[in-house]
Amino acid sequence: MSHLEDGHDHILPATTYYGIFAVLMVLTAATVAAAFVDLGPLNIIVALAIAVVKASLVVLIFMHVKYGDRLNWVVVGAGVFWLFILLSMLMLDYSSRGWMNVPPIQHVS
Amino acid sequence: MTTTAAAPTALPARHYLNEQEGVKSWLLTTDHKRIALLYLFSITAFFFLGGFFALLIRLQLLTPTGALMDSDTYNKVFTMHGVIMVFFFLIPSIPATLGNFLLPIMIGAKDLAFPKINLLSWYIYVLGGLFALAALIGGGVDTGWTFYTPYSSMSSNSRVLTAGVGIFITGFSSILTGLNFIVTTHRMRAPGMTWFRLPLFVWAQYATSLIMVLGTPVIAITVLLMAFERVLRVGIFDPSIGGDPVLFQHLFWFYSHPAVYIMVLPGMGVISELIASGARKNVFGYSFVAFSSLAIAIIGFLVWGHHMFVAGQTAYAGLVFSIITYLVGVPSAVKTFNWTATLYKGSISYDTPTLYAFGFIGLFLIGGLTGLFLAAIGLDIHLTDTYFVVAHFHYIMVGGTLMAYLGGLHFWWPKISGRLYPDAWARLSAVLVFAGFNLTFLPQFVAGYIGMPRRYAMYPPEFQVYNILSTAGATILGAGYLFPMIYLTWSWFYGKPAGDNPWGSKGLEWETTSPPPTFNFDTTPIVTEATHQYGHHEEVKVV
Amino acid sequence: MSDAALTQGLHAAHHPRQMHHFDSMAQQKETATFGMWVFLVTEIMFFGGMFAAYMLYRMWYFPGFAAASSELDITLGGTNTVVLIGSSLTVAMAVHAAQLGKRNQTVWLLIATGVLGVVFLVIKYFEYKVKFAGHHLPDGGMIWLFPGREFQLGPFIYGGFDVSQSPELAPIASQVRIFMVIYFALTGMHALHMIIGIGILAVILRMAIRGEFSKEWHIPVEIFGLYWHFVDIVWIFLFPLLYLVHRHG
Repeated sequence: MSHLEDGHDHILPATTYYGIFAVLMVLTAATVAAAFVDLGPLNIIVALAIAVVKASLVVLIFMHVKYGDRLNWVVVGAGVFWLFILLSMLMLDYSSRGWMNVPPIQHVS
Repeated sequence: MTTTAAAPTALPARHYLNEQEGVKSWLLTTDHKRIALLYLFSITAFFFLGGFFALLIRLQLLTPTGALMDSDTYNKVFTMHGVIMVFFFLIPSIPATLGNFLLPIMIGAKDLAFPKINLLSWYIYVLGGLFALAALIGGGVDTGWTFYTPYSSMSSNSRVLTAGVGIFITGFSSILTGLNFIVTTHRMRAPGMTWFRLPLFVWAQYATSLIMVLGTPVIAITVLLMAFERVLRVGIFDPSIGGDPVLFQHLFWFYSHPAVYIMVLPGMGVISELIASGARKNVFGYSFVAFSSLAIAIIGFLVWGHHMFVAGQTAYAGLVFSIITYLVGVPSAVKTFNWTATLYKGSISYDTPTLYAFGFIGLFLIGGLTGLFLAAIGLDIHLTDTYFVVAHFHYIMVGGTLMAYLGGLHFWWPKISGRLYPDAWARLSAVLVFAGFNLTFLPQFVAGYIGMPRRYAMYPPEFQVYNILSTAGATILGAGYLFPMIYLTWSWFYGKPAGDNPWGSKGLEWETTSPPPTFNFDTTPIVTEATHQYGHHEEVKVV
Repeated sequence: MSDAALTQGLHAAHHPRQMHHFDSMAQQKETATFGMWVFLVTEIMFFGGMFAAYMLYRMWYFPGFAAASSELDITLGGTNTVVLIGSSLTVAMAVHAAQLGKRNQTVWLLIATGVLGVVFLVIKYFEYKVKFAGHHLPDGGMIWLFPGREFQLGPFIYGGFDVSQSPELAPIASQVRIFMVIYFALTGMHALHMIIGIGILAVILRMAIRGEFSKEWHIPVEIFGLYWHFVDIVWIFLFPLLYLVHRHG
């Protein structure tokens, strides 16, 4: 199942960490650069996509999930999925506001 | 194993209760069994406090004009009843007492994965409880246990902040307990104890722990945001600057609906054990029951909007929540059918735990079915915020969870204390609880259906007869709760020694002494077969 | 699962750091790591509640969000992002050094992580100070929690105007106020987690200096690293969501 039995870790070479750091820096620059370009509705999608890639690199490499017990994958996945449940089912309500012909909400007068 | 050995004459010489003596050995213990007793003590105290408020409610509602208190005071009374019962009794009850005590033993482990965190979680619970008491002494809270904004964050003059802090803190106790149970179940099972050899009580605790870990943080941040809004006088739920109070409700119920499964799932786990033992039969459809616990935990997160059908949520969202709510009833029904099938052609003994289990099945059934009434949006518009809802959730929480808790306490009391309690008093109390409960809450279904609103200190005279019946029932119910307090405490000091396995039941906990040694087992058990093998009966055809 | 537990007959040499209820060091390490991951899931859901609020109000109040976001200092925010990702590198290297049993490297890398964490908080402090000075606060009025020492958070000024004087700007002002509540809630909660992290780091650093870690046992460094990385990941999302709402045109 994993490298457990002898209690030793999977030790990554230092260069891997530096490499990932470099990629994270590039992606940070890309996020900022993309923000200054008018992509319309795609701006938020690009920003979130880059953030997800960055987070994934940190989770998989820095936090050793790629090399560790499968169970930790499930835990991470479950956490992300549950956040997704909260956000998407919230949107069930808010995205359908105004679908019926009721007067729109007066947010602020 | 079913023949009773010669009656034991004494407790084992050394066990977890006498291995170390003194107050420090209790307050600094890391033994999960002692921590379970610490919880038992504090949870019982909160139960009676919450029960006292219930008594006040029922006395107030004896008469339509309510001679006892004014509406403002009544608001505080039902709020404190709800807050204490939900957050400080029901949510910790079975997991923190029976779960803490039994989980490691049932999986063949010496302790939980993180014993010190287990102790910490008790201290956190007590700290949160102290804040709740401070809120009470400081004048109480009048928002309802649901703390809806903007009243709670902007207008209420009661001790909302103190109570909110208490709930926030106690939430961490719940999170840490759930975390401990999840890690323990994955990592600390004895050799040979595979997942499908686990007792169903463990499956139920595991599923409950998933909910605790995934849901509680959301109420934590929600209460925190509400508290910030109260302190800073500006916030995201404030309609005057464009905030949405319904957002508070969404975030609140995202946790609080799964919370009701935190409350009932452990009870279902207890019932599986009690039914198997009481019927001398393996639970019918083990894997169905195990998976139904997981299904309830997961699907339970998808239905919270059914508390908000009339709150301002869209009909489209309501539609989806309503359909999924019907779905979540299915795994509960699966369990109920399976328990019934277990009883069929079983060799049933009418011991106290079995009586409580019967009570659970009947009352949970009614509670669950009335939940389906409420899941229908059309009906819910008529029934919401009436006593129909109050009766529904009390059937589940009291008729369900509390009966399971009492049944479990009575079942495992000999293991926990090493002693037997007086049988006749115990059975009488079980009957009193059942009778008193039904008299209290059955009339409330009728009252609610014909229109009596909840949370009202006064009501029109046509509802009085139902309220009188309800209060009468509450008195009987109260007696039914008081008796176990007395005879269980008595039995702790003077009860007959129980021996390892007084019920002749299956399970790792019955293979160690009563009370168990501090490290649970003298030698690590090696598990070679599934738990609760009560022997193979001839093939039972269920027609 | 319990494969490690099957070796229960073999624990002849009992490592001094192995706790009594575990059967092996491997089981103990896997349990600690798993426990930290479960805790991080609770943190995902904790921050998730605030992200839910952000999501809703960004959808409803995009103009106000765009305006308020553009008032945030992108240089400071970007610098903080680099600083925090850098500290993730240093803590990952600290774990690496601990895995190899290199005491001095572990110590210096932990110190570097702490320094970067403090730099982050200092920059945050200056950002908050600018917000306080520029009256870009949600402005709830008096904080009645401190009776007798009430202080005004100040009138709300947007785009150089005191919106209490300009009614036509009022809708934007309210929307900006919602953004600022969320900004302070998210970054404040994040900063609190940083402060707690630095506190834990101090304890771990002390253990490292005293040579308590070895190739066989360095769990505290590892699970601290997991926590620190998580706090970094939260910021990785906060930066674009708060600072980069509408920077073009």
